[in-house]
Amino acid sequence: MNLDLLRPEICLAVTAVVVIAVDLLCRHKWLVTVVSIAGLLASAGLALSLSGGASQSIGNGLFALDAYAIYFKFLFLGITLLAILASVDYVNRLPKLNGEFHALVLTAALGAMLTAAAQDIISIFLSIELTAISLYALVAMLKNSKSSESAVKYILLGAVNSAILLFGLALVFGFSGATSLHGIWQAVHSIRPENIAENAGFLLGSALTLSGLAFKIAAVPFHMWAPDVYEGSPTPITLFLSTVSKLAGFSILARFVIMTMSFQSDALSNTFGITLAVISAASMTAGNLLAIKQHSIKRLLAYSSIAQSGYMLMLIATAPINSSPSTDGYGYSLLCYMIAFALAELAVFTVIIIASKHADHDTTDDYAGLAKRSPLLACAMTLGLLSLMGMPPLVGFLGKFCVFIEVAQHGLVWLVIIAVVNSVISAYYYLKIIRTIWMEAPASTDNIKSSIAPKLVLLVSCFGLLLFCVLPMLLIKYFEWLGLHY
Amino acid sequence: MNIGLTHYLVLSVLLFGIGLYGTLSRRHAIVVLMCIELMLNAANLMLVAFSRYVFSHGGQAIVIFSLVVAAAEASVGLAIIISFYRQRKNIDIKDIDLLKW
Repeated sequence: MNLDLLRPEICLAVTAVVVIAVDLLCRHKWLVTVVSIAGLLASAGLALSLSGGASQSIGNGLFALDAYAIYFKFLFLGITLLAILASVDYVNRLPKLNGEFHALVLTAALGAMLTAAAQDIISIFLSIELTAISLYALVAMLKNSKSSESAVKYILLGAVNSAILLFGLALVFGFSGATSLHGIWQAVHSIRPENIAENAGFLLGSALTLSGLAFKIAAVPFHMWAPDVYEGSPTPITLFLSTVSKLAGFSILARFVIMTMSFQSDALSNTFGITLAVISAASMTAGNLLAIKQHSIKRLLAYSSIAQSGYMLMLIATAPINSSPSTDGYGYSLLCYMIAFALAELAVFTVIIIASKHADHDTTDDYAGLAKRSPLLACAMTLGLLSLMGMPPLVGFLGKFCVFIEVAQHGLVWLVIIAVVNSVISAYYYLKIIRTIWMEAPASTDNIKSSIAPKLVLLVSCFGLLLFCVLPMLLIKYFEWLGLHY
Repeated sequence: MNIGLTHYLVLSVLLFGIGLYGTLSRRHAIVVLMCIELMLNAANLMLVAFSRYVFSHGGQAIVIFSLVVAAAEASVGLAIIISFYRQRKNIDIKDIDLLKW
């Protein structure tokens, strides 16, 4: 057992416990924020000390320590750090919940980091649940009507989903006789075109597992929870749900698909690949079409993030068709898209956190004339939305372009055409918000006050969006430094 | 009659089906939580049965952990249902209608 390789995660777990103790024992509430940020930085430092080495497995194959896992460790730590900074003012308005908020956010981030590294049925299930259970409690945090309603929806649907996921994993375990993804891969390899019928249980298990994971990334038809939960939960938690929780779902979905779905029979690979491609096309189409009609900004962004899941799922759909049992197989485009997506969501949601006066009510009309009230907020929101849309100079375009090219190279040209049409549809509602911000008369003239920390987050995310579009080589250098192979 | 793997599998699939039907049809939030427990336990039963017949102890290890997860989920779920009850004085699933479309 080489548990010392889990030191970033252990550091984060200890920080979560220390945060609870500090909250109980100390009267200075700002100390909680300082401790959690220090813990996140320490964890990032420990992750840095692990990076660059050869791939290893931790705890008899429970977790992997490879470039892919380290990429997600840095990504999740970075997003969590920025999300905590962005919600400083928001949390100060809820003084009693300061400690719980930070401790639960840290455990959710811990679960996400473990999810990205998990390569065994046990660790996959446990780390997904660690993130999910922390988030159930966080969604319910406001204790008002909308927050508790969305929490009830989230936990009932989430618990049904985890039962389905566990049932699927049980079937996969039973028919392959192994709990590790590598063992499952060997069992998959022994499925020949002539003995498909004997392995029906395994295929059913894989399908149930994939639908369990599709719920986590809010892909159609498992997306129904997302708009309600995004709208009702506190905005910092909406930010967290749409970035960390969703990308954690993607990290394990990608690993599961790449490591296990390499069938010997072309018919099976095509069935799984095309099913994923259809889910992806349905997600972007439904997400974009339903977003057009929305008035609540958080609900609109929920549908937009369902569509974004569709774009990211495109590349995963190509994996069963061109099977290579390694997480390096996706190249850089998916990982680049994830960074672009996270930066854009951070910018947009931080603006909503700062600008919203009421925690549970936010229509797009409230943002009318935001440019006159606060140019910084308006610029950040515009940059974020343009990047989500895939406007050429921004990093969102870079990610989208690479994904489309790569998917087309793998032969799914029809999917790329649907995605391009969808990008055009999405431009309609993104540009509508931007027009509301810049062209319309302000709804009110009072100043938007905020402390320095959320503004810092805005600057960092906008700087990232602009920097990577001017110097995309930086991203490639970063991936090479992590040891990811193209 | 020998009780074999098939019997356990059929039982667990039946339990899972009953649980899924219950979650979809029941209106009381706590009954829904109970049905979810039924689904989780069906999966646990399947894991233990496979573990016995496939001769791999991995399945039993998962069950130990998944029992803990089920307990955590139930406790958070009950807490959330209580907070919902304080708002609405009611825990009927049909009344969860504030957020839609």
